[in-house]
Amino acid sequence: MSLPKATELPIGAVIPEPGSTRRNLTAGWRTLRPVIHDDRCIRCQLCWLYCPEGTIVERKGVFQVGNRTYDVKYEIVYDYCKGCGICANECPTKAIEMVPETP
Amino acid sequence: MIQIQKTRRVEALTGNYAAAYAVKAADVDVIAVYPITPQTTIVEKLSEFVANGELNAELIHVESEHSALSAVVGASAAGARVFTATSSQGLELAHEILHIASAMRLPIVMAVPTRAISAPISIHNDYSDVMNARDTGWVIYIAASAQEVYDTIIQAYRVAETVNLPVMVAYDGFLISHTVEPVELNNEEEVRRFLPRSVRPYTLNPKRPVTMGPLASPDWYYEFKYQQVLAMKEAYKVVKDVDALYGEKFGRSYGVVETYKMEDAEYAIVTYGGAAFGNAKAAVDIARERGIAAGVVRVRLYRPFPTMDVLKVLEGVKALAVLDRAIMFGSPAEGPLYKDIATAMFMHGVDKPAVNVIHGIGQRTMYVEDMYKIYTMLRENPRKEVVFMGVRV
Repeated sequence: MSLPKATELPIGAVIPEPGSTRRNLTAGWRTLRPVIHDDRCIRCQLCWLYCPEGTIVERKGVFQVGNRTYDVKYEIVYDYCKGCGICANECPTKAIEMVPETP
Repeated sequence: MIQIQKTRRVEALTGNYAAAYAVKAADVDVIAVYPITPQTTIVEKLSEFVANGELNAELIHVESEHSALSAVVGASAAGARVFTATSSQGLELAHEILHIASAMRLPIVMAVPTRAISAPISIHNDYSDVMNARDTGWVIYIAASAQEVYDTIIQAYRVAETVNLPVMVAYDGFLISHTVEPVELNNEEEVRRFLPRSVRPYTLNPKRPVTMGPLASPDWYYEFKYQQVLAMKEAYKVVKDVDALYGEKFGRSYGVVETYKMEDAEYAIVTYGGAAFGNAKAAVDIARERGIAAGVVRVRLYRPFPTMDVLKVLEGVKALAVLDRAIMFGSPAEGPLYKDIATAMFMHGVDKPAVNVIHGIGQRTMYVEDMYKIYTMLRENPRKEVVFMGVRV
């Protein structure tokens, strides 16, 4: 791979492309993977709020769980989740389980 | 009908007030400051200008020099023309941000009336503060009169905004910052025409988002540092061009090195700053009366170092003395300018006796007689060594 030369790069290490960090997958050091058990999730949004990396996304739609219907569902983006476990710690219904990553 | 008066306007100003008038003429947008002797009166004057409505700028009072420089880094990143000033311990505290300002390529201008560094505490003048900041990637001028402070600050904005590097304008604390000289002030309209608002490649603008100051991994970091090396090389040319252009427009220019009676000089003192240069010039006149072909060289542009210009003016001399007003403890020679000149000479195959004289530390008085003694020393016993002059040993 050939990277740009000093004279080809924007001066002062400016990155002119917004959101380009998304191309950097940063989950490589995760040892524990949070898994959401959707049947126990009450859609309180706390995990989404507490995640320091913004790796929990709120999907809109109609979701039937048992005899209840929700209009949102929480999912974890495993490309960026570093497995810190804050979501599992904050979850009031213990709906998030930290599962060891298998090598 | 409005008539523009073309007469000269000369005011009696201290070096610090001259700096403030230059900043006003440059029409800066943001000034962030924290008081420290001997810098304080620059900003006192500037806050007067802002309060009177003579200068339309945001003057931010911050809690430290680290914050002052950080604030102007932010303002400059947003595209504002900025100014700050500090001295001594303040420059030390801001040291971390010096590197950030230059690496982010922000055209900040900072005035530094130089002062010794603690301990023991000294508010008096030497060049320890600026010499500690010499390799931080800033363009550094060392001015030698209030008039030159005024002219250099105006030039500094043009240089900074052309090469996208921060510029420091240093001068003797107290000896220039607090002494009054006649200073010719330019027409401010003309200064503003000389300093057009440049279009910066990147600024912080929500409509055109960019990331500034990101993390650079080992695959990327070195290239950005090399960009700074190239920018410094460019700055050497730009400083000369701007100085010539300023001379054409306003009738005063200085070059990157100033000389006094160097045309036929056999023995030279090379130095920086107003007091050292002024006294050395007086000593040259005495030495010449007594039959020594003496001359002085003053390095006005300290970074980027004007290697070729310095070597050229020293071509004809038999021996030289480098007079330094700062100490680099434990160095092969304790003077910072000596190190630069020795490196320049070595790299270009020049070998002649060059003595390093350390003097004026903590504003120890440098007598004209001391300077004269350097010339007799050079003539009678030219050698390579470090002499600590004016200290009781």
